[in-house]
Amino acid sequence: MNIEVTKEEREAALEGIGCSRKRVEDVRFTQGAGNYVDDIKLPGMVYGDFVRSTVPHGRIKNINKEAALALPGVIAVITAEDLIPLNLHYMPTLAGDVQAVLAHEKVLFQEQEVAFVVAETRYIAADAIELVEIEYEDLPPLIDPFKALDADAPVLREDIKDQKEGAHGARKHHNHIFNWQVGDKESTDSAFDTSEVSVKEMLTYHRVHPCPLETASSLAYMDKIKGELTLWGTFQAPHVVRTVAALLTPIPEHKIRVIAPDIGGGFGGKVGIYPGYVLSVVASIVTGLPVKWVEDRIENLATTAFARDYHMTGELAATKDGKITALRCHVLADHGAFDACADPSKFPAGMFHICTGSYDIPTAHVSVDGVYTNKAPGGVSYRCSFRVTEAAYMIERMIDVLAQKLKMDPAELRLKNFIQPEQFPYNSALGWEYDSGNYPVAMNKALQAVGYDQLRAEQAQKAEAFKNGTGRDLLGIGISFFTEVVGAGPSKNCDILGIGMFDSCEIRIHPTGDAIARLGTKSQGQGHETTYAQILSSEIGIPASGITIEEGDTDTAPYGLGTYGSRSTPVAGAACAKAAQKIKEKSKKIAAHLLEVSEHDLEWDVDRFLVKGNPDKSADMKAIAWAAYNNVPDGMEMGLEAVNYYDPPNFTFPFGAYICVADINVDTGLTKIRKFYALDDCGTRINPMIIDGQVHGGLTEAFAIAMGQLIDYDEHGNVKGASLMDYFLPTAVETPTWETDYTVTPSPHHPIGAKGVGESPNVGGVPAFSNAINDAFRAFGGIHTQMPHTAPNVWAYAKQLGLQR
Amino acid sequence: MKKDINLTINGREVSVQAEPRTLLIHLLRDDLDITGPHIGCDTTHCGACTVDVDGRSVKACTFFAAQVDGANITTIEGIADDDGTLHAIQAAFMEKHGLQCGFCTPGMITRAYRLLKENPNPTEEEIRWGISGNLCRCTGYQNIVLAIRHAAETINAKEAAE
Repeated sequence: MNIEVTKEEREAALEGIGCSRKRVEDVRFTQGAGNYVDDIKLPGMVYGDFVRSTVPHGRIKNINKEAALALPGVIAVITAEDLIPLNLHYMPTLAGDVQAVLAHEKVLFQEQEVAFVVAETRYIAADAIELVEIEYEDLPPLIDPFKALDADAPVLREDIKDQKEGAHGARKHHNHIFNWQVGDKESTDSAFDTSEVSVKEMLTYHRVHPCPLETASSLAYMDKIKGELTLWGTFQAPHVVRTVAALLTPIPEHKIRVIAPDIGGGFGGKVGIYPGYVLSVVASIVTGLPVKWVEDRIENLATTAFARDYHMTGELAATKDGKITALRCHVLADHGAFDACADPSKFPAGMFHICTGSYDIPTAHVSVDGVYTNKAPGGVSYRCSFRVTEAAYMIERMIDVLAQKLKMDPAELRLKNFIQPEQFPYNSALGWEYDSGNYPVAMNKALQAVGYDQLRAEQAQKAEAFKNGTGRDLLGIGISFFTEVVGAGPSKNCDILGIGMFDSCEIRIHPTGDAIARLGTKSQGQGHETTYAQILSSEIGIPASGITIEEGDTDTAPYGLGTYGSRSTPVAGAACAKAAQKIKEKSKKIAAHLLEVSEHDLEWDVDRFLVKGNPDKSADMKAIAWAAYNNVPDGMEMGLEAVNYYDPPNFTFPFGAYICVADINVDTGLTKIRKFYALDDCGTRINPMIIDGQVHGGLTEAFAIAMGQLIDYDEHGNVKGASLMDYFLPTAVETPTWETDYTVTPSPHHPIGAKGVGESPNVGGVPAFSNAINDAFRAFGGIHTQMPHTAPNVWAYAKQLGLQR
Repeated sequence: MKKDINLTINGREVSVQAEPRTLLIHLLRDDLDITGPHIGCDTTHCGACTVDVDGRSVKACTFFAAQVDGANITTIEGIADDDGTLHAIQAAFMEKHGLQCGFCTPGMITRAYRLLKENPNPTEEEIRWGISGNLCRCTGYQNIVLAIRHAAETINAKEAAE
């Protein structure tokens, strides 16, 4: 009996684009069968651990390793002196600076790496660390970035103190890293000089940390007989690590295999190269043994990859009726002791110049100064596309500040200044070409969904009750309408260490019609093994369940630049579609051969080619795959494989409308998030279930950043808050409930119209929270209070406004 | 001076030796190759190392191996049925998208396993408090809460039918 299968049923069976397909990764993760770096055990493996600086700024007078080396089980104690002959005491950073692998002569931040102990067990390594004696001569610490460029500021980087030119142009002071400018200064200044209204505010986006639940770790094994190095590690960009390893060591690139196994969250923190990675390699070369390095949480928070630390003086000029005429912004960027920002090489402030946001602002100018301080290096993009988060915070906060000055509703001011749908592709004053968007529709949908007008009425009642002494609670309504720039990026202006920021997909179709695809990206929880298969299945008609996705092994995966900056879908997702199209082209030729018709007589139908006008005559992908290995047209190569290296023509520009409703108790400073509505437009939606999950997670991070996270230093340079006792990671109890929604405006230049979504909720979420807190105090003359909006900070702000009894 | 430790782990009796200072999480991961429970913070905050010891949820990163002499331990590796059928909580985490990077998942599921034995029909609030010793950086907890609620319903329906 021939059971007729409908076209819809065949489509559903593919579980392609648009399907909330269950994740294939979950099978192993729910059974404890994930394979993270610290789960890997090699015969003879030993452990490395760091001796770290106790002082934030000091000269190393002496290092005594004797007692440590005398401890049974200790194999080596490596210091900068041992690395100098290898020229490895400094390593290049992604930002064009160098970073000490082990401190040489000076230490520049508390917890800096000074020596590396290698021992037979973790416990012996920990014991040995205590036995390494280091004498320091204290030097005055420089903690406040606003004092970094004072004439009498201490010299931090003696290794480069006489260099007048840095990687990004002239340095004007011994603690200056770069000045970077974009936009039209003259026309911007002139617009401000003649403006009817202007506002100016210094907004600090504080130092925070991505804090993935798995810390950074690596395991290196140098097989001296074969001359081959294998390096397992928490790498968001494994191929870049391989190339850096080849550049830093005498080992040729083909003898280096870098493997990123399962990664326990990255959020940007696992993009860079850290001293621990380098030392696990060096120690394996020295000892001939596999060497594992796993940082603990305090090391992670205190030394590995902080984010933000941007001090932004934002200014907006406008007409009296609320049309924005210009934007000006100066940023003082605290980069810590080394410039280790993870940005495309030509962009020392990342994509900060997306800071005109969703608004049609005729002219703008941005200037960023980077400075050194005695703090840990980093400057990574914590779930953010290279400083887009800072940019979105600045413009979305400033819009509210301007609305307050104009006595306008913040939603109305946004609607009045939006880039209109017909203006796309839109060229921004700071040089971006926005691909697509429909902002008014999204904004209005959001306002309606939350009952905006009723909320404003309730807010006025609460403020009135407070004023007349009958209430102590205030209501804050925070709007954020963000536009992101993701999918780095076009090789014409985006590279990492000279390598263009393309990404790749290689597909092999097996004879029985299943497939494997390998990519240059690396999931850290995003679900690539599930979603890339969906893109491929929609394109080539093989069910997603029949497609294995592999990433993270440089010996097998095609070269790619990795996963960060929401680039996997915009770049590698496009490579999937493009490689799949090549498979489809060859498949069509094979189908024509099998059906004995011309290619022009064929049409694609879900999972097969049909002869036009004769749908009973068809060849499905299973038959085509089999034929590819035994019955191809004359002159055609056997096999069914394709690879694509996708160099995107432009970035993509996801956007969204977020509204946060917060109840604040003035007496305690406690904030309760009553409602959080998040509308995201990420173009074509590949897996709605995963999109929702990404939004939930990103919003929770945004909540943590806005309401509590802070990597703080005291005036002596002691890092405070570097354990989970102090650093705020919300539990299920504090975390609000999230309401998600969407519109769909496909990207016109992406093969499937997708834009990327992972970082939107962090980028858009932070200003929504902060605007809600600030909005609550608007009726009492409050203009701006800095994050994090902890209860003590909110309480103190209310006191400053004279609201405490 | 190493100490003899005898314990039952995931239904299997094992005898090992460990230094008095050895932490349970290292005994499990490094000596017994039970790598499902993870180390996330070293300070009992994150719960990635959660295992079940004699019917209590325990954070193995601040528990000495010596403390489990004679104990009965269940880890994520021992939660599914012997025939490989997933436990209702494991299935619910997959169904409701209650995990992303998977690093907190073994601890989270092991905690949920005990929570549903302590309270077979928890409210959303009880679930949120019940897992508040387990941190997740990816999901925002919303789908984890849904998953645990879904698992409770599945288990209760099955028991009602029996």
